[in-house]
Amino acid sequence: MMRMVRRSNPSKNMQILMRAGSVVAALAAAALLMAALGYNPFLVYYNMVAGSFGTAYRLQATIHKVIPLLVLSLGIAVAFKMKFWNIGAEGQMAMGGFGAAYAALKYGALPPYILLPLMFVLGMICGGIWGVIPAILKVKLGTNETLVTLMLNYIALRWLTYLQYGPWKVGGFPRIPDFSPNAVLPSLFGIHIGWMVAVLLTAAVYVMLRRTKLGYEIAVLGESESTARYAGINVSKVTIVAMLISGAVCGLAGMMQTSAVEKTLTEQFTGGLGFTAVITTWLARLSPIGMIGTSFAFAMLIQGGGYLETTMSISSKMADVLQGVIIFFVLGCDFFIQYKIQLRKPVRKGGEAK
Amino acid sequence: MSAFLNDAAVFLQVVAQLGTHILLGTLGGILCEKVGNLNLGIEGIMLLGASSGFFACIATGNPLLAVLVSGLTGVAAALIYAFLTVSLRCNQVVIGLALTIFGTGLSSIIGSSIAGRALPGSVNAILGTKTIPVLSQIPILGKMLFQQSPFVPLAVILSILLYFYFNKTNPGLNARMVGHNPAAADASGIHVSAYKYVHILAGGFLMGIGGGFFSMVYAGRWQNELTAGAGWIAVALVIFSTWDPLKAIFGAYLFGAVRGLTFKLQSGIPIFGQKLVVSSSLLDMLPYLATILVLVLITLRRKPEYKPPKSLGDPYFREDR
Repeated sequence: MMRMVRRSNPSKNMQILMRAGSVVAALAAAALLMAALGYNPFLVYYNMVAGSFGTAYRLQATIHKVIPLLVLSLGIAVAFKMKFWNIGAEGQMAMGGFGAAYAALKYGALPPYILLPLMFVLGMICGGIWGVIPAILKVKLGTNETLVTLMLNYIALRWLTYLQYGPWKVGGFPRIPDFSPNAVLPSLFGIHIGWMVAVLLTAAVYVMLRRTKLGYEIAVLGESESTARYAGINVSKVTIVAMLISGAVCGLAGMMQTSAVEKTLTEQFTGGLGFTAVITTWLARLSPIGMIGTSFAFAMLIQGGGYLETTMSISSKMADVLQGVIIFFVLGCDFFIQYKIQLRKPVRKGGEAK
Repeated sequence: MSAFLNDAAVFLQVVAQLGTHILLGTLGGILCEKVGNLNLGIEGIMLLGASSGFFACIATGNPLLAVLVSGLTGVAAALIYAFLTVSLRCNQVVIGLALTIFGTGLSSIIGSSIAGRALPGSVNAILGTKTIPVLSQIPILGKMLFQQSPFVPLAVILSILLYFYFNKTNPGLNARMVGHNPAAADASGIHVSAYKYVHILAGGFLMGIGGGFFSMVYAGRWQNELTAGAGWIAVALVIFSTWDPLKAIFGAYLFGAVRGLTFKLQSGIPIFGQKLVVSSSLLDMLPYLATILVLVLITLRRKPEYKPPKSLGDPYFREDR
């Protein structure tokens, strides 16, 4: 009846057009769902945009969510490029926050120009270790990295819970004390300087993936492990180094979030951003420039969703529903970019099949 | 001695209650993964099942209908996953994560009108604890299975049936072949996509009623993110049980036992005159640590029956053969 035929060479324009169409279709489908739930979809969309861009303050809040999403996406992209399915960004971010908080709480009296670099380093080391564990298990034993990175997320999150309710608790409430002002990242143009780190990192990852030997080796390894071996690439070493980078970058996101936004460590400071970042990375097709766009779009959804709760008393979870619908449509659309459906004429008995 | 036996019996009864929704989620996950599809949407599907069932129960007052609604909601959510990953070959990990985000969100919105509401009394009459005479008096194990909500023995029976299905029946063996080597299965005349769809949807049904059991029977109330990560534990237990439905019972009850002990350990257990207090968050790490350990062990062992389905996570497309 039907068969799928691979399109020989989908043009760039057609791809962009189809993807844009899929976003529109997703928004339309979500609007239907909202209407079915009894909400006015136009008002919801309007408030989401107003809530994320309406005032300077809201725009700041949106950008505060772009920064971790973008940094996490960059980290994840390094791993995904070699088809190492690192879905452990949430845990690597949590451990990065832990490392930074350790320095901030223990050496809070140090001047900022020593303390902040120390927090950067410790955050990246802790995130990096959390990234290297699944890499070592994979190259030494062949353990499935998707499942190991997933499990490590929950171990890291429980670790934060343990600290908050146990050894790092101060006073009667399960709460870790605020960092000293020395441990808080300074701001530039009203936004913590993490945005500059994110911009520099975007350029660095772009160059690393496209212009360096390591980036080339990661790409070859991603295409085919046997080709990589044949080309004399040290597969174990590249895997471990790339995951060290991936984890360290995600740890950096955790450091910046604890230092600049939360100003302390909480068990929930990652807030699922590590999982959302897997999606922003994938939607951008691992392109660092594209990730700026997808991170903005999803930060807008999260921030706009929060605004819905205050203005329309609609659960901020509406944003989650919208995220899901958009992903379903955009990823589903990728299939139709690559394939077209041909209807086969039914074969008549005795006749020629054509 | 008899007091101890009674304590043990009551403890196991609690263990089975704590483990049943996880067992249903795990069985659903096994169904999916056996045909080669890694479903990270279990948490979202269970939440959808939990909220929709609770909603239906309040709206209709019919608990059996509510359980059916839970299951069918799970099927509908699994259909999204199946269509995107099987027919449209999308990345299973990304779609699974998206399904969890979507399901968590939608369940909160469905649940906003039922949060804090009480269930009608008919629920307890039909789905609540049933004591089976004689059998429930069996020492130690009696209360665990025969003084329970019907869900508890049902989940155990389902596990046993699934074990036979995957090991002794032709469709079950075909399904494993689909998960192991879809191209070979296709060549031998097995309709790969149909097998994948049926198993993913059936898995969604089990995850859905797992959520329904949790909201309507175990918790008896709805709140946002009620399942609190049970779906992720299920993802872990699928591996921990090495894709074997019988071991899934063991895994889920072991988890229930750790949970049961957590309640006790938080208040402290006297040992040698000292009070041993273990942090519950450290205990909560155990299922995940154990899963990593199992993953390492199964990659070290050569026995093929402990290996994951070979095509797990890969899309299959016959045009690419």
